[in-house]
Amino acid sequence: MTRLRTATSTLVAALAVTALTACGGGQSQEPSVNADGSTTLNMWTFADVHAAYYEEMAEKWNEANPDQEIQLEVTVYPYQDMHNKLQLAVNSGEGLPDVVDIEVNKFANFVKGENPPLMDLTEAAAPYVDDVVQARLDLYSKDGTVYGFPTHVGAFTSFYNTELLEDAGIDYTTIKTWDDFKEAGEKYNKETGKAFGVASTGVFFLEPLITAQLGGQYIGDDGTVQVNSPEVVETLTMLQEMQDAGAISTIPGGSPDSEEAYGAINDGDYAAIVYPAWYTSRFVDYMPDLEGKVAIAPAPVVEGAEVQTIGGGGTGAAVPVVSPNKELAADWLAFAKLSPEANVAVWEVLGFDPVNMAVWEDEEVTQNPENKFNKYFQTNMFDVLNEVKDGIGHLDSFTDPSWPTVDDTFRTVTLNEIYENGTPAQEALDQAQADLQNQLGQ
Amino acid sequence: MRQLLYSKRLAPYLFILPFLVTLAVFWVVPLSRSFVMSTQEVLYGQGTFIGLANYERLWGDRIFWQALFNSVRYMVLTLVLLVPIPLVLAALVNSSIGSARIKGFFKASMFVPALTSVVVAGIVFRLIFAESDSAMMNQVAEFFGFGPVRWLRGDITGLVALLAIALWRWTGVNMMYFLAGMQAIPSEYYEAASIDGAGKVRQFFHITLPNLRPTIVYVVTISVYGGLAMFLESFMLYAGNNSPNNQGLTVVGYLYRKGIEENDLGFASAVGVVLLLLVMAINISYLTASGTFKKEAA
Repeated sequence: MTRLRTATSTLVAALAVTALTACGGGQSQEPSVNADGSTTLNMWTFADVHAAYYEEMAEKWNEANPDQEIQLEVTVYPYQDMHNKLQLAVNSGEGLPDVVDIEVNKFANFVKGENPPLMDLTEAAAPYVDDVVQARLDLYSKDGTVYGFPTHVGAFTSFYNTELLEDAGIDYTTIKTWDDFKEAGEKYNKETGKAFGVASTGVFFLEPLITAQLGGQYIGDDGTVQVNSPEVVETLTMLQEMQDAGAISTIPGGSPDSEEAYGAINDGDYAAIVYPAWYTSRFVDYMPDLEGKVAIAPAPVVEGAEVQTIGGGGTGAAVPVVSPNKELAADWLAFAKLSPEANVAVWEVLGFDPVNMAVWEDEEVTQNPENKFNKYFQTNMFDVLNEVKDGIGHLDSFTDPSWPTVDDTFRTVTLNEIYENGTPAQEALDQAQADLQNQLGQ
Repeated sequence: MRQLLYSKRLAPYLFILPFLVTLAVFWVVPLSRSFVMSTQEVLYGQGTFIGLANYERLWGDRIFWQALFNSVRYMVLTLVLLVPIPLVLAALVNSSIGSARIKGFFKASMFVPALTSVVVAGIVFRLIFAESDSAMMNQVAEFFGFGPVRWLRGDITGLVALLAIALWRWTGVNMMYFLAGMQAIPSEYYEAASIDGAGKVRQFFHITLPNLRPTIVYVVTISVYGGLAMFLESFMLYAGNNSPNNQGLTVVGYLYRKGIEENDLGFASAVGVVLLLLVMAINISYLTASGTFKKEAA
């Protein structure tokens, strides 16, 4: 009988082991070289426009490096889905792509802990590092190690619908400060009854810009949240007053960067959008009716501000450390994102403000009359960017590991409380501070 | 082997082995891992024991309590709606009113929503409850002289939308359970009652309901679990896990946000453990109170 029992338990154990190992069939660790000698690189991204750009950069790479050809397979997932899928994949170490686009507000999640699942890209970046805006590399670095490559600076600019403004007797070139912006918006709103600027509840962009201009932070140097610090309260109070005056209003879809909002802006329901420079691509792609009617201008500033504008949004492309092709992937990625060729393409294909500042001054590129972005807008983006170039600052809070949680709290609760429910800024921010301290265990 | 198969003591264990193994691999192991992880700070490839710190954070977390409140509120309201309404509908279908063909069609059409995907249904409901005045619910609202309503921006109107999905989807299923239960009740009871002069309503309360008790217990038990574990409906309705002021956030939604979206798996495990204990506590006390665990009287 004892022997039988042993037999049974052995059987159970064997079955369990089989079942467990069956679940753990890993991917091959060998580089996948195709018959024609090229290497297949799988890539995930969350934006269609990025996919087109990377495919073009893969072709350029293959022309320049015939001995190291790559075959890029880009998969585009919806924003949230892609990051969740990636989160699950890095935790299990299975099913990862060779290259992945990670949005800046999610990036900190992937470099937590002692052994982050992303490859150290410092070496791959070395050939280009001198020409690139350091603040944008810092965004995707931790303790001096670069884990991701930026796509753009994303400097905040204003986009004015000049046709609408002229009808209301407003000259956009006179708008320099937020007070000017408020005054113009109030006037426009009285004249036309329509919305002027946008109070977004779905993105957390405008507020960090103004806080940076005021010289404030959301997270202190020691990593503790301080979202009810005087500068932040001042920022939100200022915006709430603008909303009360009619200078900014909420928008369908919660932010200018959503399908519903494109329609509203295209119909002329909003006249002034203060957004990162990459918003050019949204105008050209989604708002054809406004061609020739929109002027780009510097973003309004707080009077006497040292920092005029900051980079907003962004995507860090990274290489998972378990990728069997990681060396090649890193070299290609550095080429595709940091090289001068790449940065010209960033502007020409995507309409973004490239991180390689040498391009900003190359007039052949920036003033090209055939460029679809130059054709669309009344003013040239690089003229505006070069005007504010020395005032481009950086908000340190963006690189803090707690930023994803702060961003999330503002987008789901705090901005809704302030812009939708009219909760006084101080009260909403005190609440956010308490929630965040608890959530982050501070 | 032969000996094993013919052994009266061991053969039964061999036969239930596939189930036991599945249970162990897909249930007991992950569950115990969750318990372990809920006492850890989990980062890539490393878990540091931090005792009950996750639970302490959970206790003081306003958003967690809000999510719990949302889930419990939803669970209670689905019970209020999804037990009586299907019960009455089942009684009507089971009665002699109406032609069999119409009732057959009715049954089938009530059941169809359960076969559709929640993902598709959520998207359709999101469009039905959209903000624009041309959206279906706003046209209905306009017909009754109010609106347009910003359905998914308000707490109560958002809840109405969630309950609408639940009603649409589960009424038919619960109706089928009740109908099956009703058809198992011997018709002699009703004959005897009508001979004694009991009307239809009296028969319903004194014969149908008591005999349907096991079915009702079952439906309530799965509805408690279903209500507290609801996630996908809200996720699809709000096009993601972030609803205005977290009005659509459920406990599972919070677990997902913490674990998957913010990569705090230890904390998320603590949320999961609390949810498990809560569901078990409610259901076990309910099942005990309703006498399910008592041995059948011979």
